[in-house]
Amino acid sequence: MDLQGFGHLLVSGAWVTLQLALASLFVGLIFGLIGASAKLSRFRFARWLGTLYTTFVRGIPELLLVLTIYFGGSMLLMGIGSWFGYDEYIEISAFVAGVAALSVAFGAYATEVFRAAIQELPKGQWESAYALGMTRRKTFFRIILPQVWRLALPGLGNLFQVLLKDTALVSVVGLDELMRQAYVASGYTKEPFTFYMAAAFIYLGLTVIATCITMLLERASNPAARGARA
Amino acid sequence: MSQAQTALELVDIHKSYGELEVLKGISLQARDGDVISILGSSGSGKSTLLRCINLLERPNAGQIRVAGEELVLKKAKDGALDAASRRQLEQMRARIGFVFQSFNLWPHKTILDNIIEAPIQVLGQSRQQAVARAQELLARVGLEDKAKAYPGNLSGGQQQRVAIARALAMDPQVLLFDEPTSALDPELVNEVLAVIRSLAEEGRTMLIVTHEMRFARDVSSQVVFLHQGQIEEMGPPEQLFGNPRSQRVRDFMSSHLS
Repeated sequence: MDLQGFGHLLVSGAWVTLQLALASLFVGLIFGLIGASAKLSRFRFARWLGTLYTTFVRGIPELLLVLTIYFGGSMLLMGIGSWFGYDEYIEISAFVAGVAALSVAFGAYATEVFRAAIQELPKGQWESAYALGMTRRKTFFRIILPQVWRLALPGLGNLFQVLLKDTALVSVVGLDELMRQAYVASGYTKEPFTFYMAAAFIYLGLTVIATCITMLLERASNPAARGARA
Repeated sequence: MSQAQTALELVDIHKSYGELEVLKGISLQARDGDVISILGSSGSGKSTLLRCINLLERPNAGQIRVAGEELVLKKAKDGALDAASRRQLEQMRARIGFVFQSFNLWPHKTILDNIIEAPIQVLGQSRQQAVARAQELLARVGLEDKAKAYPGNLSGGQQQRVAIARALAMDPQVLLFDEPTSALDPELVNEVLAVIRSLAEEGRTMLIVTHEMRFARDVSSQVVFLHQGQIEEMGPPEQLFGNPRSQRVRDFMSSHLS
């Protein structure tokens, strides 16, 4: 495959894609945990907010989310700016807007994965901690959450694959990630097939690596099985 | 011995699930060193009563006192009682050991970590201190070689012995056993009963919900027979097993002590 000197463009694009995906994963996991806590909360208002979040975000296309946050974000910042007497044009970075949009979307789906995992754990796991006098917070973070990871990992791995590919959507707001670099290179060389094909292989490579890492994590999160082998 | 302090006192405990009233006013006292067995057919409210003591189940009315200290309760929106202070509830729970039918060990932690978790996190013990105590307790329940194993690698009987060690690590004033051998294969029951028996012999205050009649007769200082959420008869084991006043208790004993 002759990339006519545009190979480095694809490599730098892939690097941006990877950064975008990992940053969105990190923020999205936090959104997911908060969302799941809200949905399982004792407080009705929190449950209502959680449901609103997942229903709303899962109900609209990710592309629309990217565009809304990118353009809406600038408008919002300019609005706040003019309130303080600052009237210049403010543009939010495409990367930040991308992370915001993708992590909000990832978080909504992860909310459901975490919620299901938390509910899957037997009630006795909470009760034995409570019975020893542990606080709700310690019970959740020390007893429940470590077990939730194990149950949630397959679902989260799946969502991360989708996230990796959804990063391509951020190309519409001009972020120089893999998809956009492939588009640019094919525009120069008039060889779209070559560059889109190359991009496809890079996406495939990234998702395969992600799958392998998920599998390793799944194995590592099962200490009982490790103990049995030892 | 007649001067023994009251370790646990329940006054007029009521519990309903919607329309169904499962506990209809139960009062009970355990003095230091008492071993009280709670018997009754399934659905009589035995486990619910035990779970109301440390508020795993919220009663609808009643009072709970541990070593004279009353757990302050307040009415929640749904009509059941909740602890007025979460902090007091946690402190009180730390003083009440609870052993579950299904062990409820934490599968992601080693046996040792299961035992030292609460002493470190709740009592603020140092790791060193907690580990030393845990090893003592593991030896006591005959599992000193299992400290590094995970719950999933142990038999049910071994898991329940670990669960007992985990409760003992808090040095509780009262131990509650909720059908501790009901989930075990028959050949594993005795190893768990032997541990509980040794605790009774060293003078631990315990409430035991059980179906093991012979065991209850041997270790109890008091036996309580529940029927449909009420105390049908209460007294020393000689009375309930030998010459019960209630015909219902008589029938129950004759069908369970063949």
